[in-house]
Amino acid sequence: MIGLAQISFHNVAAALALIPFAPADASSMAGDVDKLYYLLTGITIFFSVLIFSIIFYFMVKYRRRSDDEVPPETHTSMALELTWTIIPSLICVVLFVWASALYVRESRPPASATEIFVVGKQWMWHLQHPEGPREINELHIPVDVPVKITLTSQDVIHDFYVPAFRVKKDALPGRYTSLWFDPTRIGTYHLFCAQYCGTNHGEMIGWVYVMSAKDYATWLAAGEKTESMAQQGERLFTQYGCVECHIAGGTGRGPSLAGLYGQPEKLASGETRVVDEALIRQAILVPNSVHVPNYQPVMPTYQGQLTEEQILDLIAYVKSLGSQERNGK
Amino acid sequence: MSTATADIHHDPVESNVNYLNSSYGIRSWLLTVDHKRIGLMYLAVLTFMFTIGGVAATLMRLNLVEPQGALVEPETYNKLFSTHGIIMVFFFLVPSIPATLGNFLIPLMIGARDVAFPKLNLLSWYLFVTGCGFAMFAILSGGVDTGWTFYPPYSSLYSHTPVVIMALGIFIAGFSSILTGVNFVVTIHKMRAPGMTWFRLPLFIWAMYATSLIFILGTPVIAITIFLLALERLFHVGIFDPAIGGDPLLFQHLFWFYSHPAVYIMILPSMGVVSELITAFSRKKIFGYSFIAFSSLAIAVISFVVWGHHMFVTGQSVYAGLVFSVLSFIVAIPSAIKVFNWTATLYKGSISYQAPMLYALGFIGLFTIGGLTGLFLASLATDVHLNGTYFVVAHFHYIMVGGALMGYLGGIHFWWPKITGRMYPDMWARIAAAIVFIGFNLTFFPQFVVGYWGMPRRYAVYPAEFQFLNILSSAGASVLAVGYVIPLIYLTWSMRYGPPAGRNPWGAKGLEWTTQSPPPTENFDVPPLVTEDAYNYAYAEAPHV
Repeated sequence: MIGLAQISFHNVAAALALIPFAPADASSMAGDVDKLYYLLTGITIFFSVLIFSIIFYFMVKYRRRSDDEVPPETHTSMALELTWTIIPSLICVVLFVWASALYVRESRPPASATEIFVVGKQWMWHLQHPEGPREINELHIPVDVPVKITLTSQDVIHDFYVPAFRVKKDALPGRYTSLWFDPTRIGTYHLFCAQYCGTNHGEMIGWVYVMSAKDYATWLAAGEKTESMAQQGERLFTQYGCVECHIAGGTGRGPSLAGLYGQPEKLASGETRVVDEALIRQAILVPNSVHVPNYQPVMPTYQGQLTEEQILDLIAYVKSLGSQERNGK
Repeated sequence: MSTATADIHHDPVESNVNYLNSSYGIRSWLLTVDHKRIGLMYLAVLTFMFTIGGVAATLMRLNLVEPQGALVEPETYNKLFSTHGIIMVFFFLVPSIPATLGNFLIPLMIGARDVAFPKLNLLSWYLFVTGCGFAMFAILSGGVDTGWTFYPPYSSLYSHTPVVIMALGIFIAGFSSILTGVNFVVTIHKMRAPGMTWFRLPLFIWAMYATSLIFILGTPVIAITIFLLALERLFHVGIFDPAIGGDPLLFQHLFWFYSHPAVYIMILPSMGVVSELITAFSRKKIFGYSFIAFSSLAIAVISFVVWGHHMFVTGQSVYAGLVFSVLSFIVAIPSAIKVFNWTATLYKGSISYQAPMLYALGFIGLFTIGGLTGLFLASLATDVHLNGTYFVVAHFHYIMVGGALMGYLGGIHFWWPKITGRMYPDMWARIAAAIVFIGFNLTFFPQFVVGYWGMPRRYAVYPAEFQFLNILSSAGASVLAVGYVIPLIYLTWSMRYGPPAGRNPWGAKGLEWTTQSPPPTENFDVPPLVTEDAYNYAYAEAPHV
């Protein structure tokens, strides 16, 4: 229920914010993207005004005064042609370097980032915290802690977009993509789906709540007590019989998974791949494509038997085995 | 016509027989191989398709007046924007200038009797009409809801709309583009009149040549892509379905490999038109002829290697992003060169402001803004924020409507007296041009702002804070609609009641103005001999032979 007071407050707020130039600036990236945006806007205004003024000046000065006017011939000037080729090219070089530096920064999550796993589906966002809490269309995170989002989709292509953070990435079926941000301002921000995904695409909207560390702790404590993703993954590992073959020590029909995560692994095909989310997912769904030497390719596919969320839980479990191993060493 | 300058030259005796009245009856049109009649038949079909696409756009904008949707359910809204995009791109903008003005003018401008393959030209029209038929059938049987981009797996596995029928329509219409491209390239190579060397060609011909190259090289790719999509949908072969080993992003690579060059299919012809209009109405030789000519070719070539900038946020590799970003900046340079050369052409000219010139100046203004805002999207970090928002919608409408459509309307107004032999009321035409310009900016400028603010495109419903700018945009769309209806009325009126135009009402240079209006079926009474460069306005003598 929305009270009358809220409606009028909303209207006033909307009226005040009638023509803003940029959305809220709520991540470590936002301010830097805005600076580039303002530079681009400046360049656009400068060249538009330059060209329009010259055209208007010529339009007035050289307007036709009599019908039999024959204007003098002007000749193409190589100096002019070079000038207006080289200057825009130099501007483009500056823009390219600046924008690319930011993009490269955007593509490298800091090692300290906490991970959130997101599954997009028609027409909602399912967000999982590694510690266990699961949310739908809402994401609660503490301020000033970098977050790495790992994305996938259960059906069509979606796109995870938080304008206030200036970040966006497609959520693709069948693979993992990721993005990261460092929320710098407490507040509530839109989470949009920015890739058309069918009938209710326009309602695939969530909220990101950036909270103070204290509020976040309160929120965590208030939530239902749930198992962590790795714990749930471990349960699935038993439930689906994975545990029967993937025995610690590697004496089962499948290799031991302990300590595998993040390590390079030689496959039967001769290829060497680092064990990451994508590889584990592939091993669960299309096992023979990543079959390792010294074991028979006998693992059945789990395609269609596990939800995207369950696969993420299993991955979290395999990752936790890796860290146990390393901690043990 | 007050603004029409009478042709003062020693006109030969005008014949009453021209391509319009040399034969009568529906059969004489449907079986014609005359490039001029085929051009007019395209004009009729394209006007119809434009109206369908325009009505869909108007309904969309009306719906967006309210955040919760003022008019229709989301399902219907999705079909409206898909219809608008598909019709406007594949069934209007891509063929627009080449099929109408290109068909009509290429033989006239190079001094030929017809295109190289007149029967193939008619076949192109029939293929196009068949494609339109499939598209209309898909619309009438409910319409598709995939957007004009048809991204799988939504389009292949999830949409419950007649996607295959629409895909077939685009597939068939594509062959019309390919055949038209082949026809134009051969015509321009082999049919030029004696003395019409490559560097005497009007720049419109260079633009048509570059466009034809993209038709020939790019269209087969979209045909194959859309065919694969239909296969996937009908038989679920798995090319784009990750669940059985396919790759949904493969479709996007293939789609944009055609569809980015297709943007230049739309804009290059308009640039060609603008080169003709600017010179004619300022009575100046074009500034930097070879720079404009070669920039058209440069655009045609580079346009094939920039497709990845549509995919900066799909998770493609960072290095691929960097490469596509560089290439996208590079393709901006030839466009900038053109704008500067058109501006310089006005210098010391004798400039008059009839309706076609207003469209040409409007084109330069809107194309400049459209081009500069493209830099925001070539820049990786800003594209991440802007991709998929209304900023992109605003940007490509400045190019495709502010640019391509303004050029189309300017060209139609410029050559209308040649096509029909009649003048239209210039004052009404100027008013309409002004209304289009104002309506356009009111519609699309707010979308830059709402886009940076973060409003995603293709939302049937949207958060309330975006409403004000959406109302502005919808108001602009209704002004724009009025601006498009007015020319439809006075141009139709002029076909019957307009005063006779004479051979050369604008005092323009170019072979097409040396023959009678409308031209005879064989175009020229005497085959022309070309002895001078294009746009030789410094000499009062018209290029009569």
